[in-house]
Amino acid sequence: MVREIVRKTALNAVHRQMGAKMVEFNGWDMPVEYPSAIGCGIVAEHMAVRTGVGIFDVSHMGDIRLAGREALAAVQHISMNDASRLAIGQAQYSALLYPQGTFVDDVIVHRLGEDEYLLVINAGTREKDFSWVRDNTRQFDCQVEHLSDDFTQIAIQGPKGVDVLQKLTDADLSAVKFYWVTRGTVCGLKNILMGRTGYTAEDGFEIYIPPDEETSARVWREILEAGKEYGCVPCGLGARNTLRLEGCLSLYGHEISDTINVWEAGLDRFCKMEKPDFIGHAALEKTKAEGVKKTLVGLEMVDRGIARDGYKVLDESGREIGYVTSGSPAPFLKKNIALAYLPPGQAAVGNTVKVEIRGQGVKAQVVPTPFYKRPKKTAKSE
Amino acid sequence: MPYPTDRKYTKEHEWITADGTMGITDHAQESLGDIVFVELPKVGTEITAGKPFGTVESVKAVSDLFAPVSGTVTTLNDALATAPEQVNKDAHAAWMVKIKVKDPAEMNALLSAADYDKFVSEEAGH
Repeated sequence: MVREIVRKTALNAVHRQMGAKMVEFNGWDMPVEYPSAIGCGIVAEHMAVRTGVGIFDVSHMGDIRLAGREALAAVQHISMNDASRLAIGQAQYSALLYPQGTFVDDVIVHRLGEDEYLLVINAGTREKDFSWVRDNTRQFDCQVEHLSDDFTQIAIQGPKGVDVLQKLTDADLSAVKFYWVTRGTVCGLKNILMGRTGYTAEDGFEIYIPPDEETSARVWREILEAGKEYGCVPCGLGARNTLRLEGCLSLYGHEISDTINVWEAGLDRFCKMEKPDFIGHAALEKTKAEGVKKTLVGLEMVDRGIARDGYKVLDESGREIGYVTSGSPAPFLKKNIALAYLPPGQAAVGNTVKVEIRGQGVKAQVVPTPFYKRPKKTAKSE
Repeated sequence: MPYPTDRKYTKEHEWITADGTMGITDHAQESLGDIVFVELPKVGTEITAGKPFGTVESVKAVSDLFAPVSGTVTTLNDALATAPEQVNKDAHAAWMVKIKVKDPAEMNALLSAADYDKFVSEEAGH
């Protein structure tokens, strides 16, 4: 008998205690937002991350470790970015591809040691990703381990994230650049991995701590306490989604999937075709030459209405030309925005289209992406 | 929070007063989260008991408004077009539409404040 089991992170009881609204997400019981009574709610959580700091339980994310003499060759074979460029302690955004150049998943590849890599993968694709990586790296002298249940992962995001974490660790975080990792003592726990990464289009860190409930709850509370002076709030999946959408970061099953290829998704800059070979390379060469039939664009609603995931996009005459992959009000930008697939001929910035909302075509315009880019730090504050 | 006893409630989480003023309940605003958009019918629209007549959107969700009773829309709360967050601040004051109730007897089928309160706590217990 197959039984649907909803999984819980080690922080589940803490979320419930804090009054979080819980939802099922990719088989996980996760907080979508915390109550307004403690200064939360999607908009407040979103704003905290843009202007101060917020923390997220992202323990549902998965982790795969590849280690051994041929670990680099294995990573190079299964991922589209060039992992040979990574120094020890450096990370890169990448993706695992099917032979046809579509997505198994998007990942962050961390180089932890001379021959050691950690792939951080999506919650909904954990098992699929692990099988894929294991099955496609058998020819290499390299061990593949599924470490998804070995960590509680907490993201500390926002311009003040570094200041909050710095209060709790002996590691010098000012020396850690964006998309680099370090190790240090955090809340008394030794040798904790800290990556200057995230999914909010903001500065911040993601830390990997032991997965037992007691330690997880203690660290969560200590971060919130340390963050008090910066207005730190707990954040749920609702704000995580609006933050990543403002920053145009892809979400598996929306902007990327097993039917969408790299060129369509506009992730060219993370796909290194000059690498001699990787799974998907041949098909991508072919599809690049042929040209794409659809391309991902940013839309901003011109008239009143909110585009939502799956809504149809129409041309000015009302003909269906594409679809919305993610759409929402953008709390920081205070606009209604969406990502959508459109034919290249309709994708020029400034082009006017309509989004079908409850049977009505509502005017929208193609705008430059990302919708939000975090302000560059001045040399002084760096 | 206590539900005002000067009005009736539906299992779809709307409230309506005897004079036909309608809105959504505090429980509804709480479960929707930050409300960003309220779409209402035009004045003069006939609405039918149990059928959707408008939409409320939060950052995360789209939710239909269901008519507690049948009637004709006479007035809209225009303030909600620019300040939909008023519904989060005080759902029982931030009315949405006023209607001319077609058959006052339909009101008898709706829930009292006490019944609605019980319904909501039972729903939460599941």
